[in-house]
Amino acid sequence: MEGKKDLREKVRELLAEQASRSLILLLQRIQDHFGYLPPEGLEEVAKHLKLPVSRVYGVATFYAQFSLSPKGKHLVQVCQGTACHVQGGRAILEALVRELDLRPEEPPKSGISVEVVRCVGCCSLAPVMVVDGVAHGRLTPERAVEIVKELYAADNR
Amino acid sequence: MPRITAEDLHRLREEGLRRLWPTPGKLVVGMASCGLAAGAEEVYQALSEETGSGWIVGKTGCLGLCAQEPLVEVRFPTGLRVVYGGLDGEGARFLAHAVENGELPREGALFWMDGKGPVSPPPALAELPHISAHPFYRTQRRVVLGNCGFIDPLDIFEYIATGGYSALVKALELAPEEVIEEIKHSGLRGRGGAGFPTGRKWEFCRKAKGSKKYVICNADEGDPGAYMDRSVLEGNPHAVIEGMLIGAYAIGADEGYVYVRAEYPLAVKHLRIAIQQAEELGLLGENILGTGFSFVLHVFEGAGAFVCGEETALIASIEGRRGQPRPRPPFPAQEGLWGRPTNINNVETWANVPHIIRNGAEWFRSLGTEGSPGTKIFSLTGRVRNTGLVEVPMGTTLRELIFDIGGGPPEGKRFKAVQIGGPSGGCLPEELLDLPIDYESLTEAGAMMGSGGMVVVDEDTCMVELARFFLEFTQAESCGKCPPCRIGTKRMLEILSRITEGQGKPGDPELLSELASGVKEASLCGLGRTAPNPVLTTLRYFRDEYEAHLAGKCPAGACRALIAYHIDPETCVGCGLCAKACPQGAIVGEKGKPHRILVEICIRCGACVAACPKGAIGTA
Ligand SMILES: Cc1cc2nc3c(=O)[nH]c(=O)nc-3n(C[C@H](O)[C@H](O)[C@H](O)COP(=O)(O)O)c2cc1C
Ligand code: FES
Repeated sequence: MEGKKDLREKVRELLAEQASRSLILLLQRIQDHFGYLPPEGLEEVAKHLKLPVSRVYGVATFYAQFSLSPKGKHLVQVCQGTACHVQGGRAILEALVRELDLRPEEPPKSGISVEVVRCVGCCSLAPVMVVDGVAHGRLTPERAVEIVKELYAADNR
Repeated sequence: MPRITAEDLHRLREEGLRRLWPTPGKLVVGMASCGLAAGAEEVYQALSEETGSGWIVGKTGCLGLCAQEPLVEVRFPTGLRVVYGGLDGEGARFLAHAVENGELPREGALFWMDGKGPVSPPPALAELPHISAHPFYRTQRRVVLGNCGFIDPLDIFEYIATGGYSALVKALELAPEEVIEEIKHSGLRGRGGAGFPTGRKWEFCRKAKGSKKYVICNADEGDPGAYMDRSVLEGNPHAVIEGMLIGAYAIGADEGYVYVRAEYPLAVKHLRIAIQQAEELGLLGENILGTGFSFVLHVFEGAGAFVCGEETALIASIEGRRGQPRPRPPFPAQEGLWGRPTNINNVETWANVPHIIRNGAEWFRSLGTEGSPGTKIFSLTGRVRNTGLVEVPMGTTLRELIFDIGGGPPEGKRFKAVQIGGPSGGCLPEELLDLPIDYESLTEAGAMMGSGGMVVVDEDTCMVELARFFLEFTQAESCGKCPPCRIGTKRMLEILSRITEGQGKPGDPELLSELASGVKEASLCGLGRTAPNPVLTTLRYFRDEYEAHLAGKCPAGACRALIAYHIDPETCVGCGLCAKACPQGAIVGEKGKPHRILVEICIRCGACVAACPKGAIGTA
């Protein structure tokens, strides 16, 4: 883990690389790097754009994409959009809770964060789950649990 | 590559045609997000490894028939195209071998089509339907989607070969006002929601005072269950760019943004590559095609907020603020991005523009209906056999779409309703299946065109629960600025939740409609103003289900508080799989003998139903 001072240093470096002065874009770049938005990062962005920290914080908390706490090494996004909902998306989420004790929006467990998303645009293959950016369609609860177990297995190899 | 002139486009066209139709042929894999989720990458790898002897393996966007993904097209320079579906790595290898040996296997072949004028059908596949006889495509009219699933979206030459950027050339030879006149005359209406006439919107913005103007493409596609815009951006990004160029010229804008939602990384990637290619050819940037017209285009990635699809919220978001709508007027055409006149259109609206300019307004009017000309793309999902992307002329009926094209619900289930227009739309029942799809008819029925999401549900879906689902969504996505939406949707959600939990009170449906009309009338933006639609339409068409819940029953057997599972002793073989699956230990019984559910500890998760090989578990 980087120290607080290095963290600020890194944020400033990231900000210096960006020609854009768009607040959302800068927050996205910081989150890309750290996996979340550290408080020091928000302060540095505020300084960089000469905005009150409250403005930056207000934006960071408005959008679902931004996270103020660290996420796990793996991100499992379970779709609960309409198409997935009517095709049994809830059963997928419940299977993860039941079989693996993984709950959405909780701190990561064994390096895995679970998130609920509302449509990833693969509705025709519902129910859908995205694991580290790769979409898996036509899921069953069993298959979903298996996919997550494969993550554990890969990490312990 | 030096900057090009209109004449050069012709030369590039030749090059594009060579890439589209190489000799001896090309194996083209549908590699949009849906294809990838179904395993297209493995298929692509397998084909690439297996082919030698000059066959080219290429990529394309979404062919629409997502239910049969991964799809591969075998394309011959004669113009013959044969499409295969449901492939995996092994199937792909087999196909590659066969094709190289001059054969076309029957297995997996779905249909054939002609890409360059009439060709004879493949002799080995005599009974294979032509695309015009295939039930999924027969009544479709693929205009905007025409190139999706044909060209390589990352190759500007292939786009140019299909006539791409010729509409821009044509538009630049006209006066801006003439371009606007043509769009007005075409009757094109916004495909992103309300169906406002596009030409008139452009005219407002053109006439607005100010030397600096913007155009924006709304690719926020927030409706959870719709993916038309994603497919267009992934499969044919240049069409959107060309449409925006024409619009910018007509309006007098020199800068534009495409606002893409965060969940669409592949669309962002394709769009960025396409923009770079257009810049390299001088089709974007300064002095385009030597005409003195300049236009720069940026991509802005959203950060996850449904309300940012609303135009004033979208603008706030680009400006780096919380995505909260503001009252209109002033409309964006008067005061938009950074306070400048701004024209916002949806992805599909922009993608229609080059077709109209190229083929003329009269041609466009010949499609669709008098009041709603042209075609509309729908994403047909949920409980239908052929899920996928469908483009039909406006005026097509819901029945044609859901049953002829979609094949109706699978497993012999009974159709119950179709949800149109997402969280802003409504649920329409079987009696309305003969409704023609156009803006006015849908609005009259209490739904709305919305963006084009169409989710079919069957007898297993509870309409009250579905209404609750949408309210949960809109309540969570309400930006919180205006109280009717912030508090009204919350109260409505509470009532719907208690009904589905078996705690409904007499008078709840009436209270819901009263609240709904309040929220509809008093909310600041379209989110609140349309949020009650799913509730109002289910109250209107499925009132009996509400009443049944109040009487302690969920007719669909979906609301857990109102059902009890039980095992049919006649059908149960005592295999014990249900007991093993039960997380509560609520199933007891001896091996080989009928099992029993202990209702008091059963949490009605349905795990046993899924585990039972005999279908012996049902709801009472
Ligand atoms: C809550 C809300 C969400 C919206 N989401 C979208 C969207 O995802 N895509 C879109 O094109 N329009 C959306 N709209 C409509 C836009 O405000 C705007 O009318 C549209 O982009 C105009 O383009 P058009 O005339 O080409 O349809 C939304 C409106 C509201 C109120
Ligand atoms: S609803 Fe799940 S991917 Fe669209």
